[in-house]
Amino acid sequence: MYDKRAGMPTVDLTIRNGNLVDPANGINAVTDLHIGDGMIKAIGLPPSDHSPERIVDAENQYVFPGIVDLCTRLREPGEEYKATILSETRAACSGGITSMVCPPDTFPIIDTPAMAHMVQNRAQAAGFASVHPLGALTIGLRGEQLTDMATLADAGCIGVSNALVSVENSLLMRRAMQYASTYDIPVFLTPKDSWLQGNGVVHEGRISTRLGLPAIPEAAETVGVARDLALVETSGATAHIAMVSCRRSVDKIRAAQNRNIPVTASASINHLLCTEDNIGEFDAQYKVIPPLRTESDRQGLIAGIVDGHVAVICSDHQPHGADAKLAPFSEAAIGIAGIDTLLTLAYTLVRDGIIDLETVISAMTDNPARIAGLDCGKLNSGSPADLCIFDPDKPWQLNEQTMQSQGRNSPWYGTDLVGKVTMTLKRGEIVYET
Amino acid sequence: MSAQPSRSIQFDDQGNLRHFLTIDALPAETLVQILDTAESFIDFGLREIRKMPLLRGKTVVNLFFEPSTRTRTTFEIAAKRLSADVINMSATRMSTTKGESILDTVRTLEAMHTDLFVVRDHASGTPHLIADHLPSHVRVINAGDGRHAHPTQAMLDMFTIRQKKDDFSRLRVAIVGDILHSRVARSQIHALSILGAREIRVIGPRTLIPTDIQSMGVNATTDMTDGLDDIDVIIMLRIQRERMDGQLIPSEQEFFNRYGLTEEKLRFARPDAIVMHPGPINRGLEIASSVADSSRSVILNQVTNGIAVRMSIMARIMGGSGR
Repeated sequence: MYDKRAGMPTVDLTIRNGNLVDPANGINAVTDLHIGDGMIKAIGLPPSDHSPERIVDAENQYVFPGIVDLCTRLREPGEEYKATILSETRAACSGGITSMVCPPDTFPIIDTPAMAHMVQNRAQAAGFASVHPLGALTIGLRGEQLTDMATLADAGCIGVSNALVSVENSLLMRRAMQYASTYDIPVFLTPKDSWLQGNGVVHEGRISTRLGLPAIPEAAETVGVARDLALVETSGATAHIAMVSCRRSVDKIRAAQNRNIPVTASASINHLLCTEDNIGEFDAQYKVIPPLRTESDRQGLIAGIVDGHVAVICSDHQPHGADAKLAPFSEAAIGIAGIDTLLTLAYTLVRDGIIDLETVISAMTDNPARIAGLDCGKLNSGSPADLCIFDPDKPWQLNEQTMQSQGRNSPWYGTDLVGKVTMTLKRGEIVYET
Repeated sequence: MSAQPSRSIQFDDQGNLRHFLTIDALPAETLVQILDTAESFIDFGLREIRKMPLLRGKTVVNLFFEPSTRTRTTFEIAAKRLSADVINMSATRMSTTKGESILDTVRTLEAMHTDLFVVRDHASGTPHLIADHLPSHVRVINAGDGRHAHPTQAMLDMFTIRQKKDDFSRLRVAIVGDILHSRVARSQIHALSILGAREIRVIGPRTLIPTDIQSMGVNATTDMTDGLDDIDVIIMLRIQRERMDGQLIPSEQEFFNRYGLTEEKLRFARPDAIVMHPGPINRGLEIASSVADSSRSVILNQVTNGIAVRMSIMARIMGGSGR
């Protein structure tokens, strides 16, 4: 089953003089890290039996736990012409990501144990980042009938989700939450009212009005959030609200958390950095769902990350080929290929003094790991060595040569960036090195 | 670390207008020059020989992905009067990724040495997309895209207003009806605002007024009595019956009662107010026949002016173009 690629043996190594940032353990210090047999053996002084084959100098660089990305689309199975598990798990490693959660909206949909196994096995065979699927909440994501959730969980699904398909039937949603909670399976939600969302493609506001594009009002999300929070509160489920886009959603989630409702939330890096104004004159590279909203919403999301009520930053990686965006805005493909740039872009929030380093790293490591129930996202001695080394000052450009994802859809494509992962380890293997 | 800033593709590197896609952010000077040139073309239609050699040897393709007779015809006449060769393509396309993409269609036609595309489509932004992917010597005019823009219509409306009312800075203009779905209204608002109109008002029920319309520099009101007070120019928009499924307005009767322009409601405006409509009009829905056919109505002037204004725009963007 475990088909490790040739030429990638685990090496016993020491990473020297890196600035280790491990929020789960409260570490932010320049120190050494010692790895042997794929495990973190010690931090600081080397263990007596450690004889590294290689010493990596990480001076003036950061050493972070491997990034855990809670929302990545790999396009396999079903859309391998866009990307594959191999291409995207390998690309993820070049961005410091070592664990990826994928929604169930592949073709076929991940609503059976066989599909869940297949995705994980292919990722394991590829040998780069690990992939942890979400099982479908309803069969075929049709919102009519519950899946065998407990069986899906046994097959490795870290939670259940109806992906971007809204479950209009509130009774069914309530029962899905009750059933999932029976087996302590977290429910991943992307709340929205599909009637209010309609055929909208941009936030209802200044840009939709000026460009005459079909609009998605804020209420399309907040109505969904309000409903789902009410159902979470009474169903006993543990829920994660994936990729909120507006300030009022954050307010509702904050209020719910303050009442001890077991709900967490994430925001995509796109929503933390961009607003509707980036669309300019129909720039379809900024077409995402939920849509980019106002500056006030962006600030609301940032405030949520800062105060911890939005605990996770994810890439919302959605790779497409180069021509997918070459259509009128309303017909262009949705999404941004984001795994190459997640850490680079998230670090800009630190560099610009908007969010502190520990919070940003925590939002991409131990917080998502905890929500996904994964034993990673931290640098504990005795744990598998999933980590990345990040040079915060390294300039690079996202282009045909550097973009590792098979996707080519990024607003940052062709732009100069600062901050780059220089090495990534997965279970002690060097899976990426510049 | 922001990504690339948005840019205007309407201008070339020297700042010359090379496409006519939207009026948004055009300099007032450009609009005035287009109107002035149109002025010189207006008598031209009355001459015995109505041909000018400005676009001789150029090929103009009217690429209409959405049906249109009036607009396409006026573009065709305008191009022919400038001596261009005109090809009409009434293409249908599927709004999915299946079938030939818009850009494939356009590149095929461009390979046949088209100099100017006149584009209409049901999707907002299609002319921008096309302009962004053609060689730099090929020009694009937007003949109406989705709800976004209909800049040549707005220019002929400005021309008509200028014929009747000389100074924009003194004018209060009301645009009435379905603002939400109207590309004409959006382009008119930009044009009026750039030309310095004293006030622009939009009037309609809240279901038909886009949110944040104030960000375009207009005042929104829901009532015709207040809305038409002291108004110099009333622009009635066409209500598309197929859109009115009982969810945006309850019934045609109720809409006409509230917003239909009747002689009675016309009295709220200034006594010399003119009435405009981009056509085709729905008599008894947005406008009463007695108003549409009255001396206050300039609806037919708009149609006549359409040819001169489109000639002017074509001449402007094709001027100095060439392979």
